[in-house]
Amino acid sequence: MSTSTSRPAPPRGPLGHMMGGPPAKAMDFKGSRRRLVGRLRSERRLVATTFGLAIVSVTLSVIGPKLLGNATDLIFTGLVGGRLPAGASKAQAIADLRASGQGRTADMVSAMDVVPGRGVDFAAVGQILLVVLMVYVAASVFAWFQGRVTTVIVQNAVYRMRADVEAKFGRMPLSYFDSKPRGELLSRVTNDIDNVAQSLQQTLSQLLTSLLTVVGVIAVMVYISPVLAVVALVTVPISAFITITIAKRSQPQFLRQWSTTGKLNGHVEETYTGHELVTVFGRKDESVAAFRELNAELYTSSFKAQFISGLIQPSMMFVANLNYVAIAVIGGLRVASGAISLGDVQAFIQYSRQFTQPLTQVASMANLLQSGAASAERVFEVLDAPEQSADDSPVVSPTKVSGRIAFEDVSFSYDPARPLIENLDLVAEPGQTIAIVGPTGAGKTTLANLLLRFYDVDSGRVTLDGVDIRDMRREDLRANFGMVLQDTWLFGGSIRENIAYGAEDASEAQISEAAEAAYADHFVRTLPDGYDTVIDDDGASVSAGQRQLLTIARAFLADPAILILDEATSSVDTRTEALVQRAMAALRTGRTSFVIAHRLSTIRDADRIVVMVGGAIVEQGTHPALLAAGGAYHRLYSAQFSGAIADEDLEAPQPVG
Amino acid sequence: MLVSLLRVYLRPYQRPIALIVLFQLISTIASLYLPGLNAQIIDLGVVTGDTGYIVHTGVVMLGVTAVQIVSAIAAVYFGARTAMALGRDLRESVFVKVGTFAAQEVGRFGAPSLITRSTNDIQQVQMVVLLTFTMMIAAPIMSIGGIIMALRQDVYLSSLLLVIVPTLLVCVILIISKMRPLFRSMQVKIDLINQVLREQIGGVRVIRAFVKDTHERQRFDGASTDLMDVSVRVGRLMALMFPTVMLVMNVSSVAVMWVGGHRIADGDMQIGTLTAFLSYLMQILISVMMATFMVMMVPRAEVSAERMTEVLDTVPSVQAPEAPLVRTRHTGDVELREASFSYPGAQEAVLHGVSLVARPGETTAIVGSTGSGKSTLLNLIPRLVDVTGGVVLVDGHDIRLLDPADLRSSIGLVPQRPFLFGGTVATNLRYGKPDATDEELWAALEIAQARDFVEAMPEGLSSVIAQGGTNVSGGQRQRLAIARAVVKAPDIYLFDDSFSALDYDTDARLRVALRAVTAKSAVIIVGQRISTIRNAERIVVLDEGSVVGTGTHAALMSSCETYRQIVLSQLSEEEAA
Repeated sequence: MSTSTSRPAPPRGPLGHMMGGPPAKAMDFKGSRRRLVGRLRSERRLVATTFGLAIVSVTLSVIGPKLLGNATDLIFTGLVGGRLPAGASKAQAIADLRASGQGRTADMVSAMDVVPGRGVDFAAVGQILLVVLMVYVAASVFAWFQGRVTTVIVQNAVYRMRADVEAKFGRMPLSYFDSKPRGELLSRVTNDIDNVAQSLQQTLSQLLTSLLTVVGVIAVMVYISPVLAVVALVTVPISAFITITIAKRSQPQFLRQWSTTGKLNGHVEETYTGHELVTVFGRKDESVAAFRELNAELYTSSFKAQFISGLIQPSMMFVANLNYVAIAVIGGLRVASGAISLGDVQAFIQYSRQFTQPLTQVASMANLLQSGAASAERVFEVLDAPEQSADDSPVVSPTKVSGRIAFEDVSFSYDPARPLIENLDLVAEPGQTIAIVGPTGAGKTTLANLLLRFYDVDSGRVTLDGVDIRDMRREDLRANFGMVLQDTWLFGGSIRENIAYGAEDASEAQISEAAEAAYADHFVRTLPDGYDTVIDDDGASVSAGQRQLLTIARAFLADPAILILDEATSSVDTRTEALVQRAMAALRTGRTSFVIAHRLSTIRDADRIVVMVGGAIVEQGTHPALLAAGGAYHRLYSAQFSGAIADEDLEAPQPVG
Repeated sequence: MLVSLLRVYLRPYQRPIALIVLFQLISTIASLYLPGLNAQIIDLGVVTGDTGYIVHTGVVMLGVTAVQIVSAIAAVYFGARTAMALGRDLRESVFVKVGTFAAQEVGRFGAPSLITRSTNDIQQVQMVVLLTFTMMIAAPIMSIGGIIMALRQDVYLSSLLLVIVPTLLVCVILIISKMRPLFRSMQVKIDLINQVLREQIGGVRVIRAFVKDTHERQRFDGASTDLMDVSVRVGRLMALMFPTVMLVMNVSSVAVMWVGGHRIADGDMQIGTLTAFLSYLMQILISVMMATFMVMMVPRAEVSAERMTEVLDTVPSVQAPEAPLVRTRHTGDVELREASFSYPGAQEAVLHGVSLVARPGETTAIVGSTGSGKSTLLNLIPRLVDVTGGVVLVDGHDIRLLDPADLRSSIGLVPQRPFLFGGTVATNLRYGKPDATDEELWAALEIAQARDFVEAMPEGLSSVIAQGGTNVSGGQRQRLAIARAVVKAPDIYLFDDSFSALDYDTDARLRVALRAVTAKSAVIIVGQRISTIRNAERIVVLDEGSVVGTGTHAALMSSCETYRQIVLSQLSEEEAA
């Protein structure tokens, strides 16, 4: 599972903003890490429990080898004792040994609790082993519980993080969503949170036991033999030095590897997406050449990154082995001189293994921590983004509105450097249909954004039944609106659920009634599962036009006082198109409607047609009146229906993006 | 799948792989040798009190350690190099293979899936191979070596391994087998959360307009809680793993102690052997565990290898002829004779028996509702797909007999989605004609009604275009895509619904300007808007893959009912006349 961190990183640079992924450089690791740990505070009790369990488990497993060493000592003592003549005293036996020229053995024996002539006391050995067995079982049980508690802590924390981010989405202004590529945002709430979860899980459970083990082992080692402990302790700074040295050299290679992966990914994506162009324009060879170059670079950097970082493991093993040799030699010498028992040396060797292993683990965890912190940082960035102004003064909460809308001297722009709408006045009386026409970028969709308070006006005001909409709660305001957008939004669920999106308590009859009004009932019934047909992510089962009919049905069921209709431009087959238009017309009756029109033929019977160019209203009136006036509308109209050229430049300054 | 893929792609690396095995072998033997030397220190040095022997053996141990690290590093070096080279080779193979695909194959896999297969999937395989080289190869060597060494130390004691190793294997496999289905279900839940979030971000306007924030929060919370539940279950199993392994190891060392102690007391075994045996035991158990963990990774790589092999084994439906014909004339005459197309295994043909002629200097328009086969028809001409029946002729030749590169050099395509490549305005415009001068570019921009906005860009022709063209508006993208085709000055223009994002006014001006440069070229336009196509010399009406009418606007209005319906859905009776 942990290898899933090897996800290709996005390209940075001018094109990098389009894709998600961890940043090439983590900006504030320490801060993010601290904040991440801070989020565990609400689980204080569980964290304390996990610490407690870990301490018990580590202590037990640290005691184990020492006890086992005692058993070795017993066996060794018995062995030596068995060789000595029975009946003699220990002092006598030592003197005999010296006399026979075995001075060193005598030294050793003098340090042992030997009874000459007595062999191995297996009853005692058995007792010790039984205790060791119990200690080990207990250590494992505690470790298991500790792992379980840690899992709960981590998953709770991650769950809360997900919930926080989702709740945050609800409070962010729409401009945030409009300015960030969707993939980038999604990557943060999914990949990054997932990555945080994994690093937390691994670091919390392993780092804790690893560190505790190191401390515990050092303590026991000092207790057994301070000299050998010093030998073992030397490995700590050496390991740290090696890890840091290697990490320092591998880090830039990893960065290069990920940035090249990103570039390569970009090239592949581009080539595959533009496959027909690459083919028809005969650019295959150039494309492969560019690919080869990036691929070679990726090979070089990833090889270096993997090789250098791969050195950590053998190096640490080397240090561990050196340590092993040192302890074996020095320990051996000291046993020979009687300064320490053989069992203690054996225990020591086991300890030094127990000691270098968590050190190696900490070293290889360094990478994981880095990437976890980088992801946490990206999540925190989302959580820290500015929120939309709170609905602090819900002066008015309209219940039944008549639907009179007025824009009064409204100015607005998305980007202060590019004024868009300036001093706009527009009134829609209850029940009227207002059609808005004009070239792309004229500000048609912006009007809808202002009406629903997706954005707030910069100056002037928008009123509903005479009340400034900023004095209403956003939810109360929006409850009066219905929308049918070009970009038909259906969610993964049944057709029934999608239609009833605005009104969960709608009855079966109401739903099919709405569908019938929207001319959707017929095609829904032709589907094998009818209203239970599940709309999948890309809506493969339902055509674009049919999707639009469903959103119209949804608006029928919601029965709002005011409507915003944004016509589809293309990609709807012509027969469904006719149905869509009929359905929209039916929906408009009796409601104040704003129609953002692309085809002039559909809006001729609007109560008022508003022609917008460059954020300003250049003309308004009924269809015949505007045609007669021979202005901008007339030009648009003739361009559409005759295919003739209009020399005048109707085009607004194009907003970029 | 994984094995057969690797067998092919690792063949060039037999020598480095042999070296990896060799170095891993040396490194492992060296590691295994150390406890044996340690045993000698105890048995021959400590017990007899020979300090000289202890020091001497210590020096030998140091030497062995040095050999160990050198060969371990060499193994990592060759391992990393070979694994990364394998990744590079696989990436190139897949990429080049996709390059030979026809539109049909790209469509079948889908571009996003192909991208994942070319990068992420290869990464998975590469990772497993790397881990195999650096760790996995060592595991069996270590276990077998450990067993041999253990046997050398004491055969009787080694019989304990017959109980210990299977016990550990059974425990680990049991836990892993419980974990695997949970992993899969976790992946599904993560997908679900992604889906809910994608919908929420995409539908933020609708959600807010319908005031459904609370409902959405609950929906998300449901998915999130589900994920947490599964994650906790996985986490609990994982939490069981380590203590279990630890317990098996520790209990074994206790057992070795007990049995070994008796043998020492009976004089069957020396005391140093006990210490050495314990070390070997740990090494064997650790390698068994490592191997099992690795096995857990393999299924994922297996799936990836399968996905890659699928791409590599695909035979492109469009093949170049072995001995292509050389065209004697390049005029741009296009003719379809009874052309049919159907996807393999499909019940309904996309196109059946379509015949049409497009002549140089004329505009041929193709109309019809969605799904009538318009785009497929257009794709037949540059051989993005091949006919399954009938024939397509360009300049009088069956296009299947021509060199595809030569055929395509005569064609300028403006696809439905006006895709731009990352780079600058100029690199995009020169896509079909790398040596075009700046003047030619400006002239093309002029025709495509794109001169104004390119001039207004701070760096003109050198302005940066983001990949896909996302930093310019839809209408601008479409006009740049048209300019790109114009720069190429092809004999045949193919416009696939290429004017949809333009407002009517720009659309009209563009088409007039285009007439001048296409005087000698055949222009084929697929269109939705009647205004775009009504002045074409020839309009071909498609319905469900068949031609139901051919003629001018006026002729079709009186003769073709389908055409009339399409027109009247957009224009009123008097406008259409």
